[in-house]
Amino acid sequence: MNFLEFERPIAELEAKIEELRHVGNDKEININEEISRLQKRSSELTQSIFSSLTPWQISQVARHPQRPYTLDYIERLFTDFEELHGDRSYADDAALVCGIARLDDRPVVIIGHQKGRDTKEKLLRNFGMPRPEGYRKALRVFKLAERFSLPVLTFIDTPGAYPGIGAEERGQSEAIARNLLTMSELRVPIITTVIGEGGSGGALAIGVNDRLLMLEYSTYSVISPEGCASILWKSPDKASDAADALGVTATRLNELQLTDEIITEPLGGAHRDHDSIAKRIKTSIAKHLQDVENLGTEKMIDSRHKRLRNMGFFEEH
Amino acid sequence: MSWIKKLLPSRIKTNGTSRRSVPEGLWTKCVTCNAVLYRAELERNLEVCPKCSQHMRINARARLDAFLDAEPRSEIGANVHPVDRLRFRDQKKYRDRLAQSQRTTGEDDALVAMAGQLKGVALTAVAFEFNFMGGSMGSVVGERFVRAAEYSVDQEIPLVCFSASGGARMQEAIISLMQMAKTSAAIANLNRRGIPFISVLTDPTMGGVSASLASLGDVIIAEPNALIGFAGPRVIEQTVRETLPEGFQRSEFLLEHGAIDMIMDRREMRDRIASMLAIMGHRRLAG
Repeated sequence: MNFLEFERPIAELEAKIEELRHVGNDKEININEEISRLQKRSSELTQSIFSSLTPWQISQVARHPQRPYTLDYIERLFTDFEELHGDRSYADDAALVCGIARLDDRPVVIIGHQKGRDTKEKLLRNFGMPRPEGYRKALRVFKLAERFSLPVLTFIDTPGAYPGIGAEERGQSEAIARNLLTMSELRVPIITTVIGEGGSGGALAIGVNDRLLMLEYSTYSVISPEGCASILWKSPDKASDAADALGVTATRLNELQLTDEIITEPLGGAHRDHDSIAKRIKTSIAKHLQDVENLGTEKMIDSRHKRLRNMGFFEEH
Repeated sequence: MSWIKKLLPSRIKTNGTSRRSVPEGLWTKCVTCNAVLYRAELERNLEVCPKCSQHMRINARARLDAFLDAEPRSEIGANVHPVDRLRFRDQKKYRDRLAQSQRTTGEDDALVAMAGQLKGVALTAVAFEFNFMGGSMGSVVGERFVRAAEYSVDQEIPLVCFSASGGARMQEAIISLMQMAKTSAAIANLNRRGIPFISVLTDPTMGGVSASLASLGDVIIAEPNALIGFAGPRVIEQTVRETLPEGFQRSEFLLEHGAIDMIMDRREMRDRIASMLAIMGHRRLAG
């Protein structure tokens, strides 16, 4: 297991348990008892540490290298998945995965950011940062979904759209903007789940929806804590302060009534148990999808428009 | 004065006092060609350098004032005011930043919206105030933009937007991000009703504003040599670790890459936009 900085006490306990297990093979006197005592302590410790994580610590859990990514969920949630590649005009962007599949028996379209696990895959997936062709592939698949009356399930997990020379040359801004406009009008349900990092415009570009679900330790923000810190504090070391101020967590978004459900993660985070978090996500998505479908198309569009129209806090006098 | 300044050791220089002996703001210098310009003449020329045609930044109200007919005009969304819902605080409080921008600009947020006429034809026009927290888009900007768009839909008249913005307003955190979706949805409504939307990109148009309403014009016009893009040049340079190509993210670069329809001199905008709107809106004029 890969432990984060603030999990060090848990890591130390787990190391001790591991050590005892080896000793156990030799003697096995009362060692099992000691192991289960330590395991209980480890889980209590995890519980207590995870019950009061700061927004910055949650940002780190959201980026945990073993956290399940879109393809991990696709494998566990859906059957008959076929990936659809390419934007039909320039390239296939591996940082954004699209496809058709079944959620139990229900046919659906899936669109999600994809990060890589090892160095080679990280490069292939560009660390989950799409270029314009990724957003244009998504646009094409959004329209496909509408044409065949398929609900769209999107999965957000990106540090943001890629800040590169080619991305600017090919119109990163327009690609994102076009998706926002198209999603606001799309005549099929859109259910978005933030599974890891929700990084700014690059996240929103697949995240205009009828329902927004967030995993307990996922984040969603207009700018990364580091980016905000380097602009407003002139120092990236203030990321923790910036995360506090930005309120990047699911709880804070929920207080602002921007989320429809927070999906509880297994003790210690989603990365500790991919299967169990997948099961919870599946249940939630199925429920919300049913609710939105029950509205009927016109009411659904109408309520999506109202959601968008009412975004914002201001005074009127 | 300048030669004597060079001779003085820096610790006995007094900052700014020499400038104050001349009436402030009577003369100004072009940032590009260094020509010394008479302030009043520059204003008459819509902040475009008469020597080199450099388009300098112009404030929102002056922009709309120059663009619209003198009469009739009415402001949209002036009764909408910013609040600090999140009690955001970095090195400064958001409330203090708001108050400071309000003092220096005389505006209470970064977008001015007006209903008026262009050469006798009714339209709605909005302009970003870059001096107000970098023209950043928060709730008030989003709300005023949407109200202007709704007014356009209601009256069946075109919408013209002059953007000048660093992007989303960080101090409104996730709420500012959502303004991108909110404003884009308002443009979808204009599209559906066949109401023309002209987006004029001025220096600078970046980030969340560029990646939403500004890039969704039926016609997209840029002023000469404006910085326009999604990610800031410094961020890109740090990411790719290469020197950026000459003219990167400037209007001319965008035209070459197919991102905008045209580059237009600010002084020609009244004539040319009026003419384009007449062509695009021919159905209504004929009816």
